[in-house]
Amino acid sequence: MWLPFKGLTRKSQAEAFMSLEGAIAAHRFGLGARPGEIEAASGSPRTWLMGQLDSAPPQPQPLEGQPFQSSAALVPEVLQYRKMSADQKKLLEVFKAYLQLYVREMGARFALGFTTDKPFAERLVWFWTNHFTVSAQNPRDIMFAGAFEREAIRPNINGRFEDLLLAVVRHPAMLLYLDNAQSLGPDSMAGLVTGKGLNENLGRELMELHTLGVDGGYTQADVIAMAKLLTGWSLDASGSGTGFQYYPARHEPGPIVLRGKTYPGGEEGGIAAIKDLAHDPATARHIARKFAVHFIADNPSSASVERLQKNFLQSGGDLRALAEAAVNDPAAWQPDSGKMRSPVEYVTASMRLVGWPRTTLADDKDKQVKGIMAATRLMGEFPLAAPSPKGWPDQSDAWSGPDAVLNRIEWARELGNRLPNGFDAVAVGESGLGPLLRPATRAAMSKAASSGEAIALLLASPEFQRR
Amino acid sequence: MTTRRSILKTALAAGALSVWDAPIRLAFANVPTDKRFVVVILRGALDGLAAVPPHGDPDYKSVRGALALDKTGTNALHDLDGHFGLHPALINMKAMWDAKELAVFHNISSPYRDRSHFDGQNVLETGGTGPHVLSDGWLNRALMPLGLANGESALAVASTPPLMLAGSSKATSWMPEVMPEPDKAFLSRVRSLYAQDPVLQSALDRALETEAQADAAMDDKPKNASDMAKGYGAYGDLTPLFKGAGKLLAGEEGPRVAVFDVSGWDTHVNEGAGDGQLARRLRALDQGLDAFKASLGPTWDKTAIVMATEFGRTVKPNGNGGTDHGTAGAAFLLGGAVQGGVVKAEWVGLEPAALQDGRDQPPRTDQRALFKAALTDHMGVSRRDLEGSVFPDSGAIGPLSGLFRA
Repeated sequence: MWLPFKGLTRKSQAEAFMSLEGAIAAHRFGLGARPGEIEAASGSPRTWLMGQLDSAPPQPQPLEGQPFQSSAALVPEVLQYRKMSADQKKLLEVFKAYLQLYVREMGARFALGFTTDKPFAERLVWFWTNHFTVSAQNPRDIMFAGAFEREAIRPNINGRFEDLLLAVVRHPAMLLYLDNAQSLGPDSMAGLVTGKGLNENLGRELMELHTLGVDGGYTQADVIAMAKLLTGWSLDASGSGTGFQYYPARHEPGPIVLRGKTYPGGEEGGIAAIKDLAHDPATARHIARKFAVHFIADNPSSASVERLQKNFLQSGGDLRALAEAAVNDPAAWQPDSGKMRSPVEYVTASMRLVGWPRTTLADDKDKQVKGIMAATRLMGEFPLAAPSPKGWPDQSDAWSGPDAVLNRIEWARELGNRLPNGFDAVAVGESGLGPLLRPATRAAMSKAASSGEAIALLLASPEFQRR
Repeated sequence: MTTRRSILKTALAAGALSVWDAPIRLAFANVPTDKRFVVVILRGALDGLAAVPPHGDPDYKSVRGALALDKTGTNALHDLDGHFGLHPALINMKAMWDAKELAVFHNISSPYRDRSHFDGQNVLETGGTGPHVLSDGWLNRALMPLGLANGESALAVASTPPLMLAGSSKATSWMPEVMPEPDKAFLSRVRSLYAQDPVLQSALDRALETEAQADAAMDDKPKNASDMAKGYGAYGDLTPLFKGAGKLLAGEEGPRVAVFDVSGWDTHVNEGAGDGQLARRLRALDQGLDAFKASLGPTWDKTAIVMATEFGRTVKPNGNGGTDHGTAGAAFLLGGAVQGGVVKAEWVGLEPAALQDGRDQPPRTDQRALFKAALTDHMGVSRRDLEGSVFPDSGAIGPLSGLFRA
C-alpha cells in the first residue's frame, strides 16, 4: 500500500530553506510543489525554471502492452472506419476502442503531470495545446487528441513559433477538427469533378485564434483566401510519414492574395502565408497577451504584455526566449496574483502535494483516470475536450462559479478521506506551500479532526486554489 | 446516515441558523415578481434555415440543395403558416406552436456583422453595440431594476455563470451534483478559511444555498457519475438538465431568471437535413424543452423562454455538406406567458442580391428588440432602465410588441 509522507517531519528553518520566490516558481510557473520541490527551487528559482527547458519536454509513457498510436498509423484506420457507417455494431466497437485510447492517453498525461520534475515545461505544453485547441468532444478527433500533443506540441515548445504553427496546421487532428481535410479549391481538379468546394473553418481560426487575433487585421475576403491557400492540405492514407499529405489536385489554382500580399499557388504558397502570419506584429501582440494572462495575471499590465511582445518580435518567435521573458518579468513574482488554478491544474497540484508515487494512473478498467477526468469535468474542464476551438478559458472567473467551487471543495475532502491516517499534515502543508501557507490555514489544519481532513482543508484553502 | 443535504433541509425547514445560511436566507424576503424569464444560449451559431425552413420561398429548394427539408415523407418538416416551417425534430415545439405558446423570428441578429464565434457570443451576451464594448452581461444588468440582485434569484444552469449573467449583481449556478458530500463541520471550517476571500466565500455560500433548494425540490436526480455523464454531455440528452432546473424555477422562492448554455450547433461538416447531426441536436433541445415544461408545472404559465444564437450560417451549403459562419438567423420565444403562433420575419427572399454580402441571411430585426420585449412586457423593467443601464446606446431599437398574453 502507498504510504504518503513517510518520514516527513517538520523541519526547523535552518534545515529547510524555502524562499518565497522558490514557492512562487513551483506554484505559478510549475504545477504545484511535490515534496522537496520548493527547497530545490529556492536557491535560484529562475535558473531552476529555465533549466527545465534545456531539452524537449518528456513524453507521457504508455503502459506495457498498450502502446499509443501514431497519427500516421491512425489516419488509414480512421478513413476506413468512416466508410463503415452501415455496420452500426462494428462502428460502436471501434469507437469504444478509440475512447479507451483517449482515456489512456489522458491517464499517461495526468500521471506525467503528477510526477514530472520539469513542471514548467509541462505547463508550457499545456498552454500551447490549449492555444491550438483540438477537442476530443468531437468524435472525429477523439482518437487523435493525445497524439496531437505528443507529436505537434511537445517537440516544438522550446523552438520557433512558426515551426510549432506549421506542425499544428499539418497535424491530422487539426485538419480534421477544423474541417480542412475535406476542403477543396472550387476551381481545383477535384473541386470541378465533385462539385464540392471550400470550407472556411481552419482558414478563419488560423488567423483569429492561432495567430493574428480577431482584431489583427483581416477581412472575410482574407478568410476565403487563407482557406484557398490551405486547400489540398489533408491526410495521408498510406499509413507512413506524419499523417499529412498535400494534394495538388485539390488545391485552388493560381496566385492568391491574402492581406494585400500575393502568394504563389501550390503548397509553398500556404507555407509562406503561414510563416508571414507567424511573424506578424499582431500575432506577437496576441500571443504576448495570452502568455501574460496565463503566467502573470488575469489583467496583466501593458508593460508586461509589451515586454513579451517585443521579445517575440525581436527573437523571431523564439518560444524559449518568450518563456524566459515571462520568468524575468518582476510582475510575475508578486505574491497574490489571484489567479485560480484551472480544474486540471488544481487536481494535478493536489496529487503533487500528496506525493502521488507512480508514473502511471492505470488499472485494468482505467478507473483511476476516469475518476480524475470526471472530477475535472464537474469542476468545469474536461482535458483536451474544450467546447470550442477557442480552448478552455484562462481567467479566474471561469473557474470560480458557485457550483465549481463547491465541487473543488468536495473533491478535496474526498482525496483527504482516502489518505491513510497518522501523518503530520502540517508538515505536508509546510513542505508543499512553504512561505505561501497562511497562518489561518495552518491553524485550521492543526485543529482538524484527522490528518486527512487537515489535508482537505489545505487543498480547499484560498492559497492552494490559486497559483 | 446524516448527509449535508438532510442537515441543510432541516435547517431551512426549521428556520434554524447555521454558520452559513444566516445571511443568505434574508435574501429571500420580498422577491418582487413571480414571472419567470429564461434565456437559452444556442452557442456555436444555429443554422436558422434548418431550424425554421422557409419552405414556401421559391428559391428555398435550389439554394439549400442537399440541406433542403422535405415537405412529405418520414422526415417531413412541420408547416407553420404555409411559408415557414419547423425542423422535423422539433415535435414538442410544434405542439407549443399549435397551443400558441411559440413565436418564431427570422432574419434576426445581434448588431455584430463579422463572423467570429467568440466576438459574436460576446455581443449576444453583453448586449453591447460591438464586441468587448461592455464587460458584463445584459441579463445581469437587468437584475438590479428587477429587484433580483440578491444572489439567489438568478440561476445559471452551468458550473460557472456565462457572460450573459456575469457582472456586478450576484447570481448563482447549479448543475446536478454527483460528488460525495462532505460533512457540515468540514464545510464550516472551509468557509472560515474564506473569511478574507470574498470571491470564494460568496461562491461557496451561493452554491450551498442553491443546492439546498435543489435537494428540497428534487428526489429523482441522477444518482451517480455514469448517469450524469449521460445527463449533460455536450452532445447528449439535455432532459436531466432542463428537468432539474425546471424544478428549481418552479419553487415559490425559486430563481426568477435563468440561463442555459447549450452548445453543439457549429455544423461545418455533414450537417444533415431531416436526419443527421443537426437533427439529433435539435431533437435533444426539443425534448429538453418538453421536460422543462413538465417540471415547471403551473409555473409554465408565468414563464417566457428566449432562445438565441450568436449569428446564423451561410445560406448555401459549403463544400462539405455543412454551412459556414453567417449573419442573421432564427430565434424563438416560447412559454405559457407568450402570445405565440406567429412568425416575425421581414422576409426578402433568398436570391443573392437579397442576402448579406451575397451569402448570408440579411439582418432585418435586432435581437435586442426581442430581449427588450421580454424584459419590459413580461418582466416589467421600465423603458428608462432598458435604454439606460440594460442596453445602453440602443434607443433606436424599440421592443417588439404584442408577444405576451395580457
